[in-house]
Amino acid sequence: MSDWYLAIGIGLLLTLAGALFRVWRGPDAADRMMAAQLTGTAGIALVVILAAASGDWAMLDVGLVLALLAALAAVAFVKAASPNGAGDPEEDDLS
Amino acid sequence: MILDAITMVLTLGGLAFFAAGTLGLLRFPDTHSRLHALTKADNLGLGLIVLGLALQAGTPGNAIKLVLIWALAMIAAGTTAQLIARSALVSNLRKDDGDRTR
Amino acid sequence: MIASGFDITVCVLLCLCALAAVTGRDTFRAIVFFIVYGLLISVAWLRIDAIDVALAEAAIGAGLTGVLLLGAFGQMGSADTMAREPRGAVLIALVAGAGIGAAVLFAVQGLPPEGAGLTAEVLAQLEASGVGNPVTAVLLNFRGYDTLLESIVLLVALIGVWSVASETGWGERPGIVHHARAGGTLQSFGRFLPAIGLVIGAYIVWAGSSGPGGAFQGGTVLAAVAILTILAGLVDAPRVTTRWLRWALVMGPGVFLGVALLGLFGGAFLVFPQAVAYPAIVAIEIVLTASIALTLVLLVLGPPREAPQ
Repeated sequence: MSDWYLAIGIGLLLTLAGALFRVWRGPDAADRMMAAQLTGTAGIALVVILAAASGDWAMLDVGLVLALLAALAAVAFVKAASPNGAGDPEEDDLS
Repeated sequence: MILDAITMVLTLGGLAFFAAGTLGLLRFPDTHSRLHALTKADNLGLGLIVLGLALQAGTPGNAIKLVLIWALAMIAAGTTAQLIARSALVSNLRKDDGDRTR
Repeated sequence: MIASGFDITVCVLLCLCALAAVTGRDTFRAIVFFIVYGLLISVAWLRIDAIDVALAEAAIGAGLTGVLLLGAFGQMGSADTMAREPRGAVLIALVAGAGIGAAVLFAVQGLPPEGAGLTAEVLAQLEASGVGNPVTAVLLNFRGYDTLLESIVLLVALIGVWSVASETGWGERPGIVHHARAGGTLQSFGRFLPAIGLVIGAYIVWAGSSGPGGAFQGGTVLAAVAILTILAGLVDAPRVTTRWLRWALVMGPGVFLGVALLGLFGGAFLVFPQAVAYPAIVAIEIVLTASIALTLVLLVLGPPREAPQ
């Protein structure tokens, strides 16, 4: 069963590699950030897969931390993209 | 034995959704449609993997932790999808404005 | 077979991320590759069963590094691409990097094949340490010196950051003042997540006495969610002259030092008699967590600066 999990893990790593290509290509900063978000979700999946593969379920705590903080980088990104680095994209009136 | 088979099917299904998400991220034509691929497919993929592993987790505590990980990942995905989409929209409008005044 | 396939794939992706982070000209792209690099490093630590390190890397990489680098990027204005380095500098860096790589390879070759290090000795003495997690036993008991000094180093680093404050900025709040739409996505998220983060952070500190976890990992999680409340414009960072803040910053290293001095009664500096080792370590961990969390928040926010009028 452990080999099965690691095989799934290799598959996840390959999808992550695909996302890395999008980080490289862009073209916009938002595209790169999105791709990073995908690698984040794939990373959480990898961690829980590794917990199952090794049978050491204490590894789930790493997944818990990654999932809790998964949005932090994206929040920092939208802040950085706002005019003086202090705003929120929802503050702008689009109409 | 049957449990193992169910786990295999679920984790494989999860991987398939991850692959679909990456495919969408690579093939879709613009920023906002790429966002679709990302936030929906990936979280379904993670959900299937989590479900498959929860069957093998031994203690209820581990299974609950797995579900909590999934729940947190979905909250994060929903938030980032909205924020990044809005940010991309705002900065594109800003760019257009700049083009017009030039 | 499959296991080595997995490990090789992780290594290849790590190298690609590292290369992409240092070779590109686009600053933002380099930052994103560095964030992904941190995630993969965390996976690599798990593969060699270093769960405590993976936990620290996950918390720092996901919670702090990205926020720090992207925050700096937001302040850089229009400097989107990096200047080209002089060719000589690139050559020197290449030679130095190759030299270090060769030295590490040589050192790895020289390791004993059954390289268990001091694992057997630590496990034999684990009972006497008062805690069940060998990593915590090493960090807070067997090698308490290192951790005590590290907690002081962190404080000194913060003093270093504060010392670059401008004259008009001193006494103000650290970093820029953030704002967000009232009741918007960002603000709601900033209200919701810290409640869960507080529980998870406390759980990780507590788990450290028997399994992977501890003051640094838990403190980093708490710092990350605290920064989120500031980014969401819900809380203003405290002024650097606030009295409670100063006390809270020195409390961790202070209590650690105090308990270490009490050890003089039991024999020597930093010695915990077995009977009181567990409560002493837990007490130090709890106070240290609060100080580490606050210090990390202030390190990420940066030096105090005058609010724009």
